[in-house]
Amino acid sequence: MLDLALDLLITALVIGVALWTIRTRDDFAAIVGFVAYGLLLTLAWARLAAYDVALTEAAIGGGVTGVILLRASVRLKPVTTARTPIGVRVLVGLLCAVISAGLAAVVLLPVSPPPSLAADVRSHLASTGLGNPIAGVLMAYRALDTFLETVVVLLALFGAWSLTPDRAWGGRPGAPIPTASFGPLPLFGRLLIPIGVVIGIYIVWVGADAPGGKFQGATILAAMWILAMMAGLTEAPPIGRWRLRLLLAAGPIVFVAVGVAGIPLAGSFLAYPEALAKPLILLIEVALTLSIAATLGLLVAGPPETAPGTEL
Amino acid sequence: MTTIVTLFSAVAICAGIIFFLAGTVGLLRFPDSLTRLHALTKADNLGLGLIILGLLPLSGSFSTALKLVLIWALVQLAGATAAQLIARLARPSGRGK
Amino acid sequence: MVDTLTVSAVIVLAIVAVGLVRVLRGPSRIDRMMAVQLLGSGGVAVLVLLAVGSGTEALVDAALTLALLAAFASIALATTLVQKADLAAKADRAPGKPES
Repeated sequence: MLDLALDLLITALVIGVALWTIRTRDDFAAIVGFVAYGLLLTLAWARLAAYDVALTEAAIGGGVTGVILLRASVRLKPVTTARTPIGVRVLVGLLCAVISAGLAAVVLLPVSPPPSLAADVRSHLASTGLGNPIAGVLMAYRALDTFLETVVVLLALFGAWSLTPDRAWGGRPGAPIPTASFGPLPLFGRLLIPIGVVIGIYIVWVGADAPGGKFQGATILAAMWILAMMAGLTEAPPIGRWRLRLLLAAGPIVFVAVGVAGIPLAGSFLAYPEALAKPLILLIEVALTLSIAATLGLLVAGPPETAPGTEL
Repeated sequence: MTTIVTLFSAVAICAGIIFFLAGTVGLLRFPDSLTRLHALTKADNLGLGLIILGLLPLSGSFSTALKLVLIWALVQLAGATAAQLIARLARPSGRGK
Repeated sequence: MVDTLTVSAVIVLAIVAVGLVRVLRGPSRIDRMMAVQLLGSGGVAVLVLLAVGSGTEALVDAALTLALLAAFASIALATTLVQKADLAAKADRAPGKPES
């Protein structure tokens, strides 16, 4: 009864805020609505006992997506959108309704018993040296998916960089931030960043045995870097630096190297020799954490806007 | 002993809820942005602070209690910074309108 | 006690949800920011109540993450508003001239 009340309240809020965010015409108000929506989703995932996802939503929604959307809104020129013809809107609405109905059918009409490999995962988890079954699935049983996901993040950064004007290629990302009117920000950054780095590393480390892990931890580290940039404590590095590029690629390179080494040592691509599973997974996680943190930070910073060599 | 602890938790959590209520009412009813900001900071500081104070004896382990205190300290720091930034924008010469 | 904590979580969430009316109504952008700031602290309170109520350590970590990033939205919004105002002021000063 009580749990039902909490779940209904969260559901109503999620749907209400989502509808309002879609309907509002002001870009700033829509972004504020989206940030609120992310917070409510964190609660929803927590109620569904999907603690790994709740942590991810807390980190990504709180630290990255809002900032990305806001920076995008600054770059956009104000546009007056003509209203779409009524026929098109009805068609889009119908298609969305069909997709929602399809998803609802998948969720509400499950085959019984639902197919699941969860029991197999739990019984073999010990061989990976991990205590968190979700980390086990991501790093061992579905390692290829995880690998490709890290490459996708890197590709997204290439997409952002491809918007660079020719004169700025190799320069520093992002528009200069006016620091004059930001009294408390530098102090806040100096106080928060050391704490945040410790928490980020803790979340990566605890991910082996409890909810958490490289993506959540890396997002927190990236958020701390973004804070340093927003507070004017540091500038984004010029994207032409080879050391920066090595850092971005380190995670996927280490992942592929371990994966290829698995062919002669353990019999297939991305398989780990059983005795070395834990140290190898740890090595991959550390490399991926650094690469994902750097990639997300630069993704928020955006494409370079100042030509290389020109200092402000 | 346990009754006293339970009573302490209940009183502290209820007091925290009252501050959240006061903050929300202020946010909705106060006439301008600066007074609303005043209401908001009370909910941030005392509302969450009292709830966490009430949860400390129930947290079960020292490390969890430590994390709860850290959570409160972080929200304090964030609330103070956000309030400063918002107040700067809300000044008559500010740029938040 | 678990039930009491869940009741408290429901009440806090309901209270800050009412505050969301400020996001809807505004009128100014800073009013919207304040409502989200309140929802952030309320969300942290709900998570810690549920975490201690159910004894789930992972929820404490989620609350810790939210608390760490609690000021991020406000900071990003504030820097953006100042940046936008500066860009507009620049455009006013040099009407029609392309940016150098």
